[in-house]
Amino acid sequence: MTIRPILFTSLTLLLLGLPASANPPGVKAEPPAQEGIQVPKPPFTEGIFPCTSCHDGKSMKLNTQRRPLKDMHDDIVLQHGPESRWCLDCHDPKDRDRLHLASGEPVEFTTSYQLCGQCHGDKLRDWREGIHGKRTGSWNGPKQYLLCVNCHNPHSPRFKSLKPMAPPMRPGEIQVRKGSAR
Amino acid sequence: MTDRKPTCSPEGCDSRSGSGGNRREFLGTAVAAVAMALTGCGKLSKEEFLQHNFQELSKDEVRSVIARLEKEYKAKYGKDVKVATTPPLPGVIFGYALDLSRCIGCRRCVHACVKENNQSRDPEVQWIRVLELDKEEGVNLQHAEQYYNPEEVPREGHFYMPVQCQQCKKPPCVKVCPVGATWREKDGITVVDYNWCIGCRYCMAACPYGARHFNWGEPHLTADEVNPDTHYFGNRPRPKGVVEKCTFCIQRTRKGLYPACVEICPTGSRKFGNLLDKTSEIRYILENKRVFKLKEELNTQPNFFYFYGV
Repeated sequence: MTIRPILFTSLTLLLLGLPASANPPGVKAEPPAQEGIQVPKPPFTEGIFPCTSCHDGKSMKLNTQRRPLKDMHDDIVLQHGPESRWCLDCHDPKDRDRLHLASGEPVEFTTSYQLCGQCHGDKLRDWREGIHGKRTGSWNGPKQYLLCVNCHNPHSPRFKSLKPMAPPMRPGEIQVRKGSAR
Repeated sequence: MTDRKPTCSPEGCDSRSGSGGNRREFLGTAVAAVAMALTGCGKLSKEEFLQHNFQELSKDEVRSVIARLEKEYKAKYGKDVKVATTPPLPGVIFGYALDLSRCIGCRRCVHACVKENNQSRDPEVQWIRVLELDKEEGVNLQHAEQYYNPEEVPREGHFYMPVQCQQCKKPPCVKVCPVGATWREKDGITVVDYNWCIGCRYCMAACPYGARHFNWGEPHLTADEVNPDTHYFGNRPRPKGVVEKCTFCIQRTRKGLYPACVEICPTGSRKFGNLLDKTSEIRYILENKRVFKLKEELNTQPNFFYFYGV
């Protein structure tokens, strides 16, 4: 990955502990994540993380049998890729607080883009360049990225429809209001 | 532009007070008094009436103009409104790119823009128009609908194309302005001097993108709604009878921030940066994506690009 000089410099400055006032307003100074990319926290359902609070390997034994989930997590409808895909393809069976790549290499939830990038390499490349996905902050300074999972629910990744905000007023409507508006 | 409601400065409202000064001052006051009589309203201060085109002002004059404006806004809205005159950053030409494959037409940008840029709320002036287009037709403006309002977007079989000022390299609006009240700045932003604009609306007729908007009435903006962080060429509250347009949020971008529409977009379709910076996002898009300019055949040479990110 190519780290851009500006981004790199600004992150370095952040690391060096410049006072918070050095940041442009509205930019949240979070500690830089792996590979120099600033990302917010993954959007966990409240109270669900750490997973090991239930999946501790003692009270709940590991079951690698593919099965429909009944007692817990039954709200998750997996609409992501082939039907044969299931939980432990991405969630690590040994360390439940982490994910794992196809190679078995563990990945933190905070760097889950590595996992997504295994299949969506083109999107990952664009995301790193700031083309795919949203960036906020400063066009010539520190930026904040979002994780893939901040916009795409990993279990059902299609971007959800939104209610559009109000349309513009038609010219006719404006004329009607003109008298009262003055 | 003669219908504003600033508080009069003492010497501006009392035409006799200037007669004790020199000839120039006397004439100025007299002209202002005549103008007041002709326009039938005594709201225009002498300083405002005699203010020159912003490009011709000396540093001292700029300072006094800004002080006057800030005083007027304070009186009108009851809060401190800062009017900046931040110049273009050296080595910067702004470029904008919008991903047509991602935009879902939710209009978050339209309303974030209104909030940021102090547009009139009643009737609401909007600098961004989102067009709903048929996928089958492609970018065919004859099949564009801007008043769409379904329960949810995107609608099946449609795509969305927000249109705002394209910050042309050859802006037809600048060419037609009879008084030179609008021009292209060094960083590529076409600006309007609201105090020099005579409201003839030639620029609106010349703009092929419908990007310029006219304040037909006194802009309605409550004190709560005022964004106090303003720029002279950008979002400072406008008077009645002048033309306004998108300035890439000049008050934000000249400080290094992204425009408000980029910050709000939930899909990340809006990309902004420095065209002269080889490592910028915008350059990456121009070099790696399928890009087009709206109405390219008119040779307006926009610095606003549409692209397909897929």
